[in-house]
Amino acid sequence: MTIRRRFAMAMAVYGTLAAAAIVLAPLVGSTTIDLGRVFDFSTPFSENVDAQIFFVARLPRTLAGALVGAALASAGVVFQGLLRNPLATPFTLGVSAGAALGAMLAITFDWTLGIAGLSAVPAAAFLGATGAVSIVFALARARHRGLSTDVLLLAGVTLNAFFSALILMVQYFADFADSYRTLRWLMGDLDVSSYQPLLSALPLLVVAFAAFAWLARPLNLLSMGADSAETRGLEVASAQRRAFFSASLATGAAVSVGGPIGFIGIIVPHLVRLMVGSDHRVVLPASALFGAAFLVGCDVLARTLLAPVELPVGVITALIGGPFFLWLLVRKQ
Amino acid sequence: MIPFHGRTRAGSNGTAVIAAVAAAVAVVLVLAGRPSAGASQPSGHPARIISVIPAVTEMLFAIGAGPQVVAVGSFDEYPPEAARLPRVGALLDPDVERILSLRPDLVIVYESQSDLRTQLARVGIGMFIYKHAGLADITTTISALGDRVGRQKEAAATRAAIEAKLNEIQARVQGRPRPRTALVFGRDAGALRGIYASGGVGFLHDMLDAAGGDNIFADVPRQSVQATTELMLARKPDAIVELRSSAVTEAQKTRELSVWKSLPGIPAVRSNRVTIVSDPRTVVPGPRVGDGTELIARALHPEAFPK
Repeated sequence: MTIRRRFAMAMAVYGTLAAAAIVLAPLVGSTTIDLGRVFDFSTPFSENVDAQIFFVARLPRTLAGALVGAALASAGVVFQGLLRNPLATPFTLGVSAGAALGAMLAITFDWTLGIAGLSAVPAAAFLGATGAVSIVFALARARHRGLSTDVLLLAGVTLNAFFSALILMVQYFADFADSYRTLRWLMGDLDVSSYQPLLSALPLLVVAFAAFAWLARPLNLLSMGADSAETRGLEVASAQRRAFFSASLATGAAVSVGGPIGFIGIIVPHLVRLMVGSDHRVVLPASALFGAAFLVGCDVLARTLLAPVELPVGVITALIGGPFFLWLLVRKQ
Repeated sequence: MIPFHGRTRAGSNGTAVIAAVAAAVAVVLVLAGRPSAGASQPSGHPARIISVIPAVTEMLFAIGAGPQVVAVGSFDEYPPEAARLPRVGALLDPDVERILSLRPDLVIVYESQSDLRTQLARVGIGMFIYKHAGLADITTTISALGDRVGRQKEAAATRAAIEAKLNEIQARVQGRPRPRTALVFGRDAGALRGIYASGGVGFLHDMLDAAGGDNIFADVPRQSVQATTELMLARKPDAIVELRSSAVTEAQKTRELSVWKSLPGIPAVRSNRVTIVSDPRTVVPGPRVGDGTELIARALHPEAFPK
């Protein structure tokens, strides 16, 4: 099969899956709503509780799941290609720990933005992610002309540990209710309750996805090693830089919306590779679509399994992802 | 002999043995230094009490045992006399060394502080084991505490005062329509995210009940519920009371109340029955719980109380 046909096939299959998830997910939740009433536009919206639950609670939440899932899954693909390490995740290089530190500070000190008093948690998380990315990048570039993937990995792992210590310190001094909420933030939560957080993250994600589209071929070359990629005419250093920054941007934006939801960035790429092979021109878009469908599905479980008690969505992805990851490890050997 | 033997076999093992022996000697020395501070003295009452739990510290001072208290926890701010005492950590980080050095004969410990409990038991210091529960448990705890520290009469009076206050509130709200209420005790600033409300058990639920409100999460058998957007919309609270333990400025209050405007489907939002109560009395299950309950009752039934 030519690459065009494989691409078209994958788009059709995974696109249908993602679309189905996005259409079906808002129909279920912790309460039952009457679909007839949801789309009954004769009653004013402010009095139509079913419509409000659908459009204010469930739809933004589903869209948040789709965006975050797509971003984390494709960022996972890019990081695995860039680091040439199948165990890399969007959080390997410290992005999530930096974001978590930012969110932690914003929650503990009740930061708000400007006079409007918007929540500063997403912005602080994004700033924290940017900080972590800059540090890792500066370190990895300091001693090499290009990006040393070894230094990237080591710096990322160390930064993760360092930021985790800072997070524990902030938590330690926080009020009891606050430290509970910060802990809860770490488990991931897609209940955004309005479209505003999505609109803020969207421009960043558009830039990241545009970069991913360009990155598919360079990642194919990079997977053969930096030297042979260079002999085939790839500007390795520049491609690595773009991969690093675009994947970090996608991760930072995703974490600022939904918290550091784990395992999406590793299970989804591997599952997709099992099904479509390893060509990044197919794996990248297919992972984005499958990631969207997967996270939307996990979030449906999170809000319905123990309703009215909400399960953290990160716990669901980890419960599914952990065993899968182990199976993957065993299977490789 | 033993340490030497250990060292010849393996260096690190030997160090561990030395450390263990040193620790044992230290424990023996500590024990020897306090021959009279054995298990709780059956005859006398404790004269040196340490409490790291704000609610119990308040209880001790309320029943007149304040002069017997020698140290408190990091978060204890009331009464002012308590805030001036030495601080010895809190629920998660009790400073055992400082606690021991103050030579207490009674330490109030939270049920979950198992390390601290083991250590205190080892050196034979008396303990009063406490755990947050419902409203009725507050008065029960005060009585038990009174028996333990020799302040039965004062404890009975404190208990009677709390019950009188609660009865007074009950009388005022009796017969008035009970609004279906969400009692929110945590939320991200400036957003309707990370909302936590009282579930159907615990003192917050009981306080709301006594204040003349029906908890919208009464059916959830937990102390806290993550109140998602969907739950808030679906359960349609007639009133929302947000509790804050620290002071909130008027400007912050206005701003935080306006955040709810994005969910006009909630009856409480439409009819402007969202209130922020910033007062530590509402979140500490101690002797001031009657006052805290009154603050919630005033938020729900302002017309039932004189200005």
